[in-house]
Amino acid sequence: MSPDAEPPQIALRAITRVYGQGEAMVRALRGIDLTVEAGDFLAIMGPSGSGKSTAMNVIGCLDTPSAGSYHFQGVDVSGLSRDQRALLRRNYLGFVFQGYNLLPRTSALDNVELPLIYKGLPRAQRIAMAREALDKVGLAHRAHHDPSELSGGQQQRVAIARALAGHPGVILADEPTGNLDTTRSREIMELLSGLNRDDGITIVMVTHEEDMAEYARRHVNFLDGLIAEDHLHQVTEG
Amino acid sequence: MLLEAFRLALHAIFRNALRSFLTVLGIVIGVASVIAMVTIGQGSQLRVTRDMESLGTNTVMVVPGQGGMRQGGFTADRPFTIADAEAIQQDLSTVAIAAPYNITGITAVYGNQNHFTQLVGATTELMDAMNWSIAEGRAFSEAEERAGRPVCVLGQTVREELFGSIPPLGQTVRLESLACEVIGILESKGATSFGEDQDDTVAIPLKTFQRRIAGNDDVSIIFIEARADVSTVRAIRDIEALMRDRRRISSGEEDDFSVIDMKQIASILTGITSVLTGLLSAVAGVSLLVGGIGIMNIMLVSVTERTREIGIRLAVGAQAGQVLMQFLVEAIVLSLLGGVMGIALGLALGALGAHLMAIPFAPDPFVILVAFAFSAGVGVIFGYFPARRAARMDPIQALRHQ
Repeated sequence: MSPDAEPPQIALRAITRVYGQGEAMVRALRGIDLTVEAGDFLAIMGPSGSGKSTAMNVIGCLDTPSAGSYHFQGVDVSGLSRDQRALLRRNYLGFVFQGYNLLPRTSALDNVELPLIYKGLPRAQRIAMAREALDKVGLAHRAHHDPSELSGGQQQRVAIARALAGHPGVILADEPTGNLDTTRSREIMELLSGLNRDDGITIVMVTHEEDMAEYARRHVNFLDGLIAEDHLHQVTEG
Repeated sequence: MLLEAFRLALHAIFRNALRSFLTVLGIVIGVASVIAMVTIGQGSQLRVTRDMESLGTNTVMVVPGQGGMRQGGFTADRPFTIADAEAIQQDLSTVAIAAPYNITGITAVYGNQNHFTQLVGATTELMDAMNWSIAEGRAFSEAEERAGRPVCVLGQTVREELFGSIPPLGQTVRLESLACEVIGILESKGATSFGEDQDDTVAIPLKTFQRRIAGNDDVSIIFIEARADVSTVRAIRDIEALMRDRRRISSGEEDDFSVIDMKQIASILTGITSVLTGLLSAVAGVSLLVGGIGIMNIMLVSVTERTREIGIRLAVGAQAGQVLMQFLVEAIVLSLLGGVMGIALGLALGALGAHLMAIPFAPDPFVILVAFAFSAGVGVIFGYFPARRAARMDPIQALRHQ
């Protein structure tokens, strides 16, 4: 790697992912090349079974590819151990899921604090950072409420705060608006594009809603385990 | 991180307080029964030792027959006489005190109250030797003893049963055909190791007993204290030889009396209580094992139930070791809480048992420490397998779990 050229944040080369064996073999990814520069905003689209979720899992270091190479900020991830991948998720990645995935019977603040615990930060600093993140998503006043006391939109904002708390470079959002109505969905998308625009956080989002994809700068379409289309998109403000 | 895991564990435990409590109930019961058993067992051993000490370690009882001591004191065997006791005291250099006495069951009557109790025909010497002290009034004098006067000293139980709140001194109590004046009340002594109430007794002079109650000159027991500088074994040998001679038992024949060494009885009693304590503790120990398996079961259920939570934790960057630690610490904290509750409950039960059995409350700090360590051990052993299962989960599968 040449010292003057900044490596791309995410670089997938000829990634395949195969489940099962023989007759029952499923080829979820059949050779994918994808490069994402820091600060980009991607919308990954495609019909179900097209491999977009598998690709997200690979990017998120939750899954390992069967073949191909994955470099994250110049580091070869395919060779990392399970625990090393956990470290990478902890320090560089934030996750937002369709079903929010907050811990039940645990306050919003404690939920946001969770990734910071694994970073081994002292409690006072964790709470300060968690509050800051909650403030950023506009839920500082709901810090001590349990998820069950929050609306879906609020829960998703807590989840975004959790993803943000550790100051990651990348947020991976898997159908973040899948469970929300249009108004709430737009609020969440505004929040995400704000984070992308103002904080320079790279966002990779899986969605099947064209409306939500409008917020992204780049559209990547999956079909049958391959990237069918990858083009820039003119973001229309408002 | 360990402190954090501890905090998380407490959070998880109290998030589902009822289930956590039911989970550790096995440990609570196990630890409580071990602690209670050991506490009561040691209390009774202590009691035996203390009883024997109050009697004196060089105390020997001589009773007629080969059956040993019998309730009530009367046996078909040839009884002793006062002369036997006098001979033991005077002829044997190894003996300090030989005090004859009689015992029988009798109904004591005062007014319309009556109470079945133990009547002792005693001498002042015997009362001294047995540490019977007077709480109220006085003991009978040697003159009253020689003359066989109708006077009596009551134990606390008899006094309560017959007189209640009436002052008993100077009143007359009827013992069968004998009407005797109450001249004193004995100091309370509590129950013996055998559970016998030592306060349920009435003492009258031995002569009075022989003439007015038994109608003969018999003595049913001789209480002997060996000299302090002489071994009890030697004193017993002397007593046996003298009594065989006095009772004209030829060398081929067996003794028709028994010499009982109180030390032996003490060691037998101590032996029995320690064997019983051991057995019961072993049974209680099994319930600890069952409690441990209960913890493992619930932890496994908990791990399955919390699959999604584990997935979330893994996704935000928890390493396998951290998840393992979390569940392991949770199991340990859970079983330690159970252990602490068990120790508290066991001590409470032990104290209650000690109170009911009138034995000293003797908690053993070592056993408490062992119980605490054991419950931690249960947490480690039975928590490890579920924790390892949690740590090895695949984050994607775990996140998809419904």
